[in-house]
Amino acid sequence: MSEYNFAYLDEQTKRMIRRAILKGLAVPGYQVPFASREMPMPYGWGTGGVQVSAATLTPDDTLKVIDQGADDTTNAVSIRKFFEKTAGVETTEETEKATIIQTRHRIPEAALREDQILVYQVPIPEPLRFLEPRETETRKMHSLEEYGLMHVKLYEDISQHGAISTSYAYPVKVSERYVMDPSPIPKFDNPKLEMDAIQLFGAGREQRIYAVPPHTKAVSLDFEDYPFEATKADHPCDLCGAENSYLDEVITDDAGNRMFVCSDTDYCRSRREAGHAGRLAKEDAA
Amino acid sequence: MIELKNVSKSFTLHNQGSVTIPVMERASLKVEPGECVALTGASGAGKSTLMRVIYGNYLAGLGQVLVAGLDVAKAEPREILKLRRETLGYVSQFLRVVPRVPTLEVVAEPLLATGSDKQKALEKAASLLTRLSIPDRLWPLSPTTFSGGEQQRVNIARGFAHDYPAMLLDEPTASLDVKNRETVLTLIKEAKARGAAIVGIFHDIEARETVCDREVNVSEFTPEMVA
Amino acid sequence: MTPLLQVKGIEKRYGTRIGCAEVSFDLYPGEVMGIVGESGSGKSTLLNCLAGHLEPDAGQVVFDTKTDGPMDTVTMSEPERRMLGRTDWAFVHQHARDGLRMSVSAGGNIGERLMAVGERHYGNIRTKAIDWLGRVEIDETRLDDRPTSFSGGMQQRLQIARNLVTGPRLVFMDEPTGGLDVSVQARLLDLLRGLVREMGLSAIIVTHDLAVVRLLADRLMVMKDGHVVEAGLTDQVLDDPQHAYTQLLVSSVLQV
Repeated sequence: MSEYNFAYLDEQTKRMIRRAILKGLAVPGYQVPFASREMPMPYGWGTGGVQVSAATLTPDDTLKVIDQGADDTTNAVSIRKFFEKTAGVETTEETEKATIIQTRHRIPEAALREDQILVYQVPIPEPLRFLEPRETETRKMHSLEEYGLMHVKLYEDISQHGAISTSYAYPVKVSERYVMDPSPIPKFDNPKLEMDAIQLFGAGREQRIYAVPPHTKAVSLDFEDYPFEATKADHPCDLCGAENSYLDEVITDDAGNRMFVCSDTDYCRSRREAGHAGRLAKEDAA
Repeated sequence: MIELKNVSKSFTLHNQGSVTIPVMERASLKVEPGECVALTGASGAGKSTLMRVIYGNYLAGLGQVLVAGLDVAKAEPREILKLRRETLGYVSQFLRVVPRVPTLEVVAEPLLATGSDKQKALEKAASLLTRLSIPDRLWPLSPTTFSGGEQQRVNIARGFAHDYPAMLLDEPTASLDVKNRETVLTLIKEAKARGAAIVGIFHDIEARETVCDREVNVSEFTPEMVA
Repeated sequence: MTPLLQVKGIEKRYGTRIGCAEVSFDLYPGEVMGIVGESGSGKSTLLNCLAGHLEPDAGQVVFDTKTDGPMDTVTMSEPERRMLGRTDWAFVHQHARDGLRMSVSAGGNIGERLMAVGERHYGNIRTKAIDWLGRVEIDETRLDDRPTSFSGGMQQRLQIARNLVTGPRLVFMDEPTGGLDVSVQARLLDLLRGLVREMGLSAIIVTHDLAVVRLLADRLMVMKDGHVVEAGLTDQVLDDPQHAYTQLLVSSVLQV
């Protein structure tokens, strides 16, 4: 532990990142460039989120890390271990107890509080990138609020699939100004972007940090005749019976049998502990 | 309506030793509404050149070319275009049209350009084509594929679609059969009757005598060194 | 009548070399002006200065805006200029792939300008896109196809539809028929002519093809070495050219 500075990064670097975070909070949805450091993990494994978490952590914090809603997948476990080793902070799997939650591609089901910070790992921060490859041009489009192109993408969806098929990384307009990629969270989570907690987004390879302050408007883009819908599998959770949580589909055998379970493992576990049960709850318990 | 005052025209060939060829000197001419004036003179005397100067197609060097009060020699392009659209018609010997446009629309176009009702314009075009014996099965086709005589008649129909107060006619009866020649002469008389001022080139002496009020021999304006 | 565009003393230099200099003219509503000249004569530089793609070193480009009347587009703010670029102005590139989004369907390409000015009704956008495909003679069934599967002529017509859908008042065209087969050119010219007349568009067309200007342009400007050497009514300049260079240009055209 003593071989590392607290939370791995040196203090100057953390200060630089904090400045970027503060600027991001001051201009909601605006992508702030920052000097991303080499981290001891590959790009795509959350280098941006880890740097933001490192700059945000204090020794009193309790950290939770989730990957697609789960606390026990490789990515989540290794990042949790990383901070246990380099910062010595407490970690938890319970959303309720955490003060900082680093997430990859989900927002926890339980409503977050004002004293919590949600840190997103972001692969590609630029929502306009797939249609306009020139960075100079996308920057100009943001600064001049030229967002017609974003609707072109949704138009293409409807013309090819009959509905807006973009189901994750669904673009939102933040605080009626910047269009933002909320990272590849399912669009089911989009309404939750208007929350009480601070949300910070870090993209390591692309060297961008952006933020959504508490109680900030985040509107999902849509058409008048094809309004935004926060969709999920039309099914209750087979383990806890939850009707309104985002579900993962799991194939259980070669015969094509499958089950739907909450993607948020902590939410599912706490519901089962409270006595809720789904279709396959008993078999799972056995 | 049409008045030329001391108009001179020469061509300078910059790429052939800058030779200057004077083709017209001190041309003066006045045509009143309802009057038809024939330009005469030997081939090369400058009849077509004079017509083109009046139409603004050739740039007059000196003098004034007044058509309905506008000096074509000095006017802005848009003023000349407006003049050509509303006031000054020109029936040339050759039909120059955009490929693919149906004959009926080619004839109606001058009317549409002045903002006429589309239905009325097409009716007028149809009646002119009928008078000039272009069978209606040809109307939906582009005139670019027609015979020379048919093209000439389409050209005339187009030239008479709009009631221009001033008209330039370059050999309107050339290569026409007796019946169509009569029709064209009737069209010219009708134009005169409604007050159009007309300048024309007619090699057909009989036609000239039928419709023209007087003749102007352009040889009078031909510079010495050319003649 | 107020000119739609007043160009005053436009000059653009590349180092010591002149791109174009001392160019002034007025363009009135409904007028189509052709700019001809050989490669390197400065006609494309001029067009790009006029359309706001290049910043001139001197001069004014005053456009009669809908809301505020005549304004110098060289000195107006970039957001204002870009707004003009997707409302009152249109730019047709020589190569359709410079003016189209090749990875977006034909309908999306046409709809982009509508969405850029705030159209948010998918059904309306689609109806307009279908209407415009018809007007540029592309079959409605190609609406959801990408332009990569279109022929050169179709791509160029799609680019025109994409540009005209918001009803611009001034269209800049850079060699709109360049690189197309002769038969395809004729069809495109015919189409452009019809649209210009029907919509009452003003246009500035840069080309080296004299047949194109004879067919489309009311007026002509001839450029050489960055300067305008002759200007006037199109048929007058072509049939009775005054300047040595224009005479050379006209006499160099092969007769068919």
